[in-house]
Amino acid sequence: MTGPSPFLPTPGFASWRKFKSGAVTAVLVLCALAVIAPLFLVIYFLLARGASSIDWNFFTQLPKPTGETGGGMANAIVGTVTLLAMAAVVGVPIGVFGGIYLAEYGTDRGNDWIRFAADVLNGIPSIVWGMVIYLILVVPFKTFSAYAGGVALGIMMVPLVMRTTEEVLILVPQSYREAALALGVARWKVIMVIVVRTALKGIATGVIVAMARIAGETAPLLFTALGNNFWNHNLKEPISALPLQIFAYAISPYDDWHRQAWAGALVLMGLILALNITVRVLSRDRQRSH
Amino acid sequence: MSTLPEAAQAAPASEPIRITSSAPGPAPAGALPVEAGEIAFDIKNFSLWYGPRQALQDVSISIPAKKVTAIIGPSGCGKSTFLRALNRMHELTPGTRIEGSLRHFGADLYGPGVEAVAIRRRVGMVFQKSNPFPTMSIAENVLVGLRLNGVRDKAVLQRRLEESLHMAALWDEVKDHLHRPGTSLSGGQQQRLCIARSLAVQPETLLMDEPCSALDPIATAKIEELIQTLREAYTVVIVTHNMQQAARCSDRTAFFYLGRLIEYDDTRKMFTNPSNAQTEAYVSGRFG
Repeated sequence: MTGPSPFLPTPGFASWRKFKSGAVTAVLVLCALAVIAPLFLVIYFLLARGASSIDWNFFTQLPKPTGETGGGMANAIVGTVTLLAMAAVVGVPIGVFGGIYLAEYGTDRGNDWIRFAADVLNGIPSIVWGMVIYLILVVPFKTFSAYAGGVALGIMMVPLVMRTTEEVLILVPQSYREAALALGVARWKVIMVIVVRTALKGIATGVIVAMARIAGETAPLLFTALGNNFWNHNLKEPISALPLQIFAYAISPYDDWHRQAWAGALVLMGLILALNITVRVLSRDRQRSH
Repeated sequence: MSTLPEAAQAAPASEPIRITSSAPGPAPAGALPVEAGEIAFDIKNFSLWYGPRQALQDVSISIPAKKVTAIIGPSGCGKSTFLRALNRMHELTPGTRIEGSLRHFGADLYGPGVEAVAIRRRVGMVFQKSNPFPTMSIAENVLVGLRLNGVRDKAVLQRRLEESLHMAALWDEVKDHLHRPGTSLSGGQQQRLCIARSLAVQPETLLMDEPCSALDPIATAKIEELIQTLREAYTVVIVTHNMQQAARCSDRTAFFYLGRLIEYDDTRKMFTNPSNAQTEAYVSGRFG
């Protein structure tokens, strides 16, 4: 009755077990740190190298000719925004309508094929898209153009927008569809007005995620939008973009251009961060309203 | 000599009116003269299958217009399926098949070329769980059926909004905040909002699928009271699990069991002196 409890381990066993537990915990913590460390490294270097080069001129001036210092990336910033808008015009309708088809109309067998194709599409290297669009939209028109760049980026948005749209439409309760159908409303109107409107925030979130994903793409623009040291006045002509300008400046031999490449990278990173924060805010609202 | 031609004239004269008044489609719903004593649903030898499983077997029943008909029976007896067949909502489940005839005021609901959309404008439905559209205000919820069917006239919309909310006994509670979200109302109010939404498109018949099963007794009493007033203008068919509810608010009661219509009679007789032993056992609470 008064002997040691049978549940107590022997002293040697207890310390060995504590050591193992501590070692595994330490490995897990290190892995978790390794996951977030790169993000902080990127932000640290961008701020350290780029922040000092960001001034008013950077946002308002064109690049200076070779040999002159100063100038900015105003045309590249506007170019990136233009290309993103054009990509949205191409990618959002195809992606959203494709998602509506998958969620509301498609058969199980057909949907499996479409989803598989979308997944493969999602995995196509972006430089391959650049080459394909080069053949389709650059060679026949004999000029690099903003259109070609917009289409290349837009097509890359499609799989992501389509799958998100499908997922959020499926989350809309069946009871809303039934309620609207029972009012004698045609099915396509039920889907367009009731179902899509209910899921609109989720669809918008998917679109912004896709935009953030393509905003920094460089490879599909190399053979399509090409880049431009001046303002683009015609979408049929080459247009500048932040990633292209960063690429061009980073491989140049001039210190001043290197400095500006870092600044451009910082601005691009800020843009993508802003898009991601918008997504967070949107999806927080969505959770609260349901 | 004069009586014979008169009788011969009377029969064909009344028939064309009946046919035009019951044709689905462009005829203005709700404007049709419905006489008491008319048959709303005339159903003969109706069977329904979900894939290989038969859910309704050979149901024949005449549901009177401007009366409340209750459908009772244990879970899985086919009563909800039957209700959904009355405006073809069951077709949302893939792989369904029907046999037999189902007429609404003389019009064959399953005739060739008849569109489910046109039927549902005349045969509305209220569901078990209230489902106001979350993106819409109270007023938008009531008017959505009209708007999506192309009604633009502001005066008409305003009139239908007030009429429908009055009819659903909700007007006094919501008239000062019609622009708040429909989902801001209480459960019972939401269900009455859904009834108002169904009434706004002016159907002739309202189907209710256990409309009170998610509500507390006070909200239930309000809906039951409402059903009594709806009877004056509409044909109501209500599926209910609650036998007291069927006894309280219906004129006719149909008892379904295992996909068959077991007994159908005046509610008073069904609950006091049913002809069938299974009905007796069910209404007295001995099974189900």
